[in-house]
Amino acid sequence: MGKVIDFQTDPSKYRHWRVEYDGEVANLFMDVDENGGLFDGYQLKLNSYDLGVDIELADVVQRMRFEHPEVKVVVMQSGKDKVFCAGANIRMLGGAAHAHKVNFCKFTNETRNTFEAAEEDSGQKYIAAVKGACAGGGYELALACNYIMLTNDSTSSVALPEVPLLAVLPGTGGLTRVTDKRKVRRDLADVFCSVEEGVKGQRAVDWRLVDEVVPNSKFNAVVQERAREFAASSKKASGATGIALTPLDRTFGEDSVTYSLVEVAIDRAGRKATITLSGPDTDAPGSMDAVQAQGCDSYMLRLARELDDALLHLRLNEREIGTLVFRTQGDPEKLIAHEKLLIDNGDHWLANEILKFWKRVLKRVDLTSRSMAAMVEHGSCFAGVLAELLWACDRGYMMLDDFEGDNRPTATVTLTPGNFGLYPMSNDLTRLQTRFLGTPETVDALKAKIGEPMEADAADKAGLITYAFDDIDWEDEVRIFLEERASFSPDAMTGMEANLRFPGPETMETRIFGRLTAWQNWIFQRPNAVGKDGALQRYGTGIRGDYNMERV
Amino acid sequence: MLDLINVSYDTQIPNNVGLSSDKRVLKALEKWHPGYINWWSDLIPQNFQQSLVYLRTAVSVDPKGWAKFDYVKMPEYRWGVLLAPQVEGRTIPCGEHFGDPAWQEVPGEYRNLLKRLIVIQGDTEPASVEQQRFLGLTAPSLYDMRNLFQVNVEEGRHLWAMVYLLHKYFGRDGREEADDLLLRSSGSEEAPRMLGAFNEETPDWLSFFMFTYFTDRDGKMQLESLAQSGFDPLSRTCRFMLTEEAHHMFVGETGVGRTIQKTCEVMNEHGIDDPYDIDKIRSFGVIDLPTIQKKLNLHYTLSLDLFGQEVSTNAANAFNAGIKGRYMEHRVKDDHKLTEDTYKVWDMVDGKLVQHDVPALTAINMRLRDDYSRDAAGGVSRWNKIIEKAGVAFEMKLPHEAFNRKIGVFAEKLFDPEGTLVTGAEYDAGMKEWLPTHADGDFIQSLMKPVTEPGKYASWIAAPKVGIDNKPGDFEYVKLHMA
Repeated sequence: MGKVIDFQTDPSKYRHWRVEYDGEVANLFMDVDENGGLFDGYQLKLNSYDLGVDIELADVVQRMRFEHPEVKVVVMQSGKDKVFCAGANIRMLGGAAHAHKVNFCKFTNETRNTFEAAEEDSGQKYIAAVKGACAGGGYELALACNYIMLTNDSTSSVALPEVPLLAVLPGTGGLTRVTDKRKVRRDLADVFCSVEEGVKGQRAVDWRLVDEVVPNSKFNAVVQERAREFAASSKKASGATGIALTPLDRTFGEDSVTYSLVEVAIDRAGRKATITLSGPDTDAPGSMDAVQAQGCDSYMLRLARELDDALLHLRLNEREIGTLVFRTQGDPEKLIAHEKLLIDNGDHWLANEILKFWKRVLKRVDLTSRSMAAMVEHGSCFAGVLAELLWACDRGYMMLDDFEGDNRPTATVTLTPGNFGLYPMSNDLTRLQTRFLGTPETVDALKAKIGEPMEADAADKAGLITYAFDDIDWEDEVRIFLEERASFSPDAMTGMEANLRFPGPETMETRIFGRLTAWQNWIFQRPNAVGKDGALQRYGTGIRGDYNMERV
Repeated sequence: MLDLINVSYDTQIPNNVGLSSDKRVLKALEKWHPGYINWWSDLIPQNFQQSLVYLRTAVSVDPKGWAKFDYVKMPEYRWGVLLAPQVEGRTIPCGEHFGDPAWQEVPGEYRNLLKRLIVIQGDTEPASVEQQRFLGLTAPSLYDMRNLFQVNVEEGRHLWAMVYLLHKYFGRDGREEADDLLLRSSGSEEAPRMLGAFNEETPDWLSFFMFTYFTDRDGKMQLESLAQSGFDPLSRTCRFMLTEEAHHMFVGETGVGRTIQKTCEVMNEHGIDDPYDIDKIRSFGVIDLPTIQKKLNLHYTLSLDLFGQEVSTNAANAFNAGIKGRYMEHRVKDDHKLTEDTYKVWDMVDGKLVQHDVPALTAINMRLRDDYSRDAAGGVSRWNKIIEKAGVAFEMKLPHEAFNRKIGVFAEKLFDPEGTLVTGAEYDAGMKEWLPTHADGDFIQSLMKPVTEPGKYASWIAAPKVGIDNKPGDFEYVKLHMA
């Protein structure tokens, strides 16, 4: 699987999804093109999906929010007759390298989380209208919706058949959502997850697996009726007009990706990528009307889109680049002004969407399984939203005092109100709360520093950076850290970093990613699943997997 | 006095590393320097600080003209930073990076391992000065006093050499470690030196000679293996330190040799044939050969402990990483990787000593210790030549490596100097024949009377054959300051 995967798409290129907009209701049809797989060697039968299908879905969800703010209810349904969705394509999984499977699962999870949160974040409620088989990843699509309707045709069922059928686990939060979100009784969940054919009809409601069953003859009508009811009772403001998400300004080089505001420089020998984010090139617009007029060219949105794409590119296409170094260059004052305009207009739909998008992008940073370090250099703009990067990283290094021959403004870190709640992590804490888990009073005390540019000594004292180094030490310390990091086992790094990044309370989100990492990835390495006589390889041959019966 | 504020480094500190143009290290050393001077001033008794000592000072790395001799007050000694010349095209001599160009910068991967090795080496240098701080008061001659101070200032210079590496290559961590080298102190309860052997006071001159012969020889072996480092600055530093270290071995070997010679002379003079006629021999103010053997047993075995466990993964890691080689690695004829080789080490099986093969990589310590034992045996045979020449029936011997060990496979059991397993009772009975007793210590201490007249020597030690820098026998090596 050596081909470059592009996460940028648009409706004109969709092969697997279509959306019919009907005022405040959007009907989203999954209609996977069997021959539209991202790679050769499998057919996407029965609305099964691969990463390519999910990239389109992520695009749909993103455009729904920015291009169609008028939509209050999205009905996810199948464009095929007898199947809602059969889940992730098994042949694709059987043929994929482990690293690809892991990245695939991570991305699909992030997409599920995004449309699941759309109701709370943006007032866009997702309904799953399930008609036909809805199994595995298919039911997980439904589970991430805010409301599940199942037709009662005595055949259609919801199921998580991974264990009996494939000897693996549902990889997109299925088990966790069954217990944590749907709150299915745990013994019933055990039954549900062990039966290939799943649960149908009224029992699915009784077991809390779906919200409603509808007689088959009236299914479509009731679904539309429900959608209109939800739209009518939505608190989301009406009448918003969207902006167009036009293609990114992006150029790939041999060892670089260049966007308008983000530059990715890859050092293959050092196995690291340096991501440089530019501060605003212009003053903050005077109003949200001006931002709306700028559309996706507005600074905060453009930067988020470019960073998001850069992260996804590095994750999937640059797997040997083990360390990401984040730099920023620009005027922190201007950056703060751009962020402030959005914060001050939090009730404006676009301001809200841009801030929520930043929340997601920063979570994507948190969840990136690479060593990450922030370099707070002179001339940098680690302020407000970009300061979050500093605490998303495993370490932060900051320049102290003057550097010879460097006349850029002295490095500072500046807190804004945004750092105190706008960009929570998966654990539902802010990065500052997570950072100072043992001393919550530190976070309160830091509020007094909002707006105050802190130079290295102050930032170090405040615990906002790991190390401050002066001209004498900077180059060597940074070099040696990066070399050391590159020498460690990537597996141990992934495990260690994931452990250390998410202290504090578990949430459904942390549980989903944590369980995926610990259990699914373990099972995905075991011969019972992926060995030549394992279940994934034998799937479809009629012979059950040959299991080693030792419990580990 | 030194100008502590405006130290002119190119003049005050001889160096061949371009200190004056290395702003980074210059600043670090400037901060460290006063602490070092304080350490030195607090350490050596004041009247010696003011005395003029005939010392050699390293002024270059040219093998021919690297040192010059002159009278110096010790606090004004020019502690220099000197590295052996860079060898063009030098490659990493061992381990998985064998054959790659030697590192000129610290490889990040091995930073902590390297730093730890340098810190341990650096910690021993000031420690020995601390252990020997009061010996000047009982020097058996001005010649010996001068040698003591020469050893002391050079150990001080070796500390500088390690501090230079820490400052130059290890950033803030390195500076903190350099500060801690001055914070720890031999025998301190609060912050002792890192290795046990360096926390014992050197109580008398025979101990000093034994220490410089046996323990400094361990230092030499460590320097030899660090001189084989793939980290070139460390290799170059250690190669130059070895030039100086040779003198320390010389002080030890000749010191013990002159003690033996004096004893043999006195025995012959008084017609004593039996080397075990201890009381009679001692009555003439010399140290009997069996007691010297006991001191040898003690110092040799303490030094063996410095090599650590026979089988060591740390040593294997350091070798495989290419940051610490074997003794004379460049002359060893093998693949320098040791992935398949084995090496014989001692082990205890069912209460018996056996030798068996282990992977050579894990036996790096053991191999270095064996090289050390061979190296140490040379001086012992020269001492025996002195005894033989005098016609005395006695032979000095290195005890078996199992004897009196606190580290390694022998540590848990009791052995005699022949390496035979003995019972507790046998050990208790033999102890006073094998290791110095407190009474032996009292006797030796009673001989430690200072002799400060040029050309004169204490009762228990012979004059050297030749003077330092070819000076005549009555040369005033130290012009004592008698305030």
